[in-house]
Amino acid sequence: MIVRILGEGQLEVPDSAIDELNELDRTLEQAVEGNDEDAFGSALAALLARIREVGSPVQADDLRPSDLIVPQADATMAEVRKLLTDDGLIPD
Amino acid sequence: MGVMKRVTTVFRAKVNKALDKAEDPREILDYSYQVQLEQLQKVRRGVADVATSRKRLELQVNQLNQQTGKLDRQARDSLAAGREDLAREALTRKAGLQSQLQDLQTQYETLQGEEEKLTQASQRLQAKVDAFRTRKETIKATYTAAEAQTRINEAFTGISEEMSDVGLAIQRAEDKTAQMQARAGALDELMASGALDDVVSGPHDDIQAELDRMGAGHGVDHELEQMKRELAQNAPRQLEGASPNGASAEASEATAEPAIEQAEAREPE
Repeated sequence: MIVRILGEGQLEVPDSAIDELNELDRTLEQAVEGNDEDAFGSALAALLARIREVGSPVQADDLRPSDLIVPQADATMAEVRKLLTDDGLIPD
Repeated sequence: MGVMKRVTTVFRAKVNKALDKAEDPREILDYSYQVQLEQLQKVRRGVADVATSRKRLELQVNQLNQQTGKLDRQARDSLAAGREDLAREALTRKAGLQSQLQDLQTQYETLQGEEEKLTQASQRLQAKVDAFRTRKETIKATYTAAEAQTRINEAFTGISEEMSDVGLAIQRAEDKTAQMQARAGALDELMASGALDDVVSGPHDDIQAELDRMGAGHGVDHELEQMKRELAQNAPRQLEGASPNGASAEASEATAEPAIEQAEAREPE
């Protein structure tokens, strides 16, 4: 499975890690829903740390799309909210 | 649905919209390649812009560093001259500049980080664009429209995702540089207006003026002292020729410490 960390590039993550990452992702989502900036920061950091731990970088000339995309480490909650809407942050 | 899946879906939706527009998927290859090259240009411009802002900050940091260094020397000079009031004033001003310096340093590091990230993003995109060009030619030469569809899909989705990511990174870097340029501009204006000069340097530098006055006064006194000593030394030296014993007696009186040296000096006599 390929995971992209925005602004950093792609990592190949073993499928066995998916459940664990989904769990960390749920915590992140709860923080966004609960509008809790502190919880958001630590949840995002935990998710990214685990992805980096289990993942290995994908070659730069690899054209495969990612299966999952994760916000960058210094993302604010407002930025992530915009990423979640179609007319949000992503430029055309 | 989790954050990861939602972000991924939004990214994917953009790409699919573009793919759906093309009647023959092979058409999209050349067009996409053009867009990729433009995007590469944009990233390189982005890197250059961030580098310019970083250099400007670097200049300001250096200026402020020089000024704090100067205030520090002034404080030492003042204290050495027994002027604690002046030393205190210099240190107060130094503390004011130091907080400004810390702020600039943080901004500088942020920009440095952005520059590094964009440089890497530019290298990643370059590698993917090169790979895409090769893939595009193979697909165009080898496959019918129907066969090409799936092969194009993957390459196109992959590179579109990279471009969206790079686009976001440029936007973030632009936002950050814009903020910093505004602050750097304000500081430049402050320096140009002389408001900072008044505090630390230039014609209105009262601490330095006072030190210079004291320094000049001290210099005159010092020179006077030296002249007196020279005059006093010349007098016995004239006597030296007449009676060497008298001179050496005077020397042993004046300095008891170098007794051994004198003993050694006397030996050849």
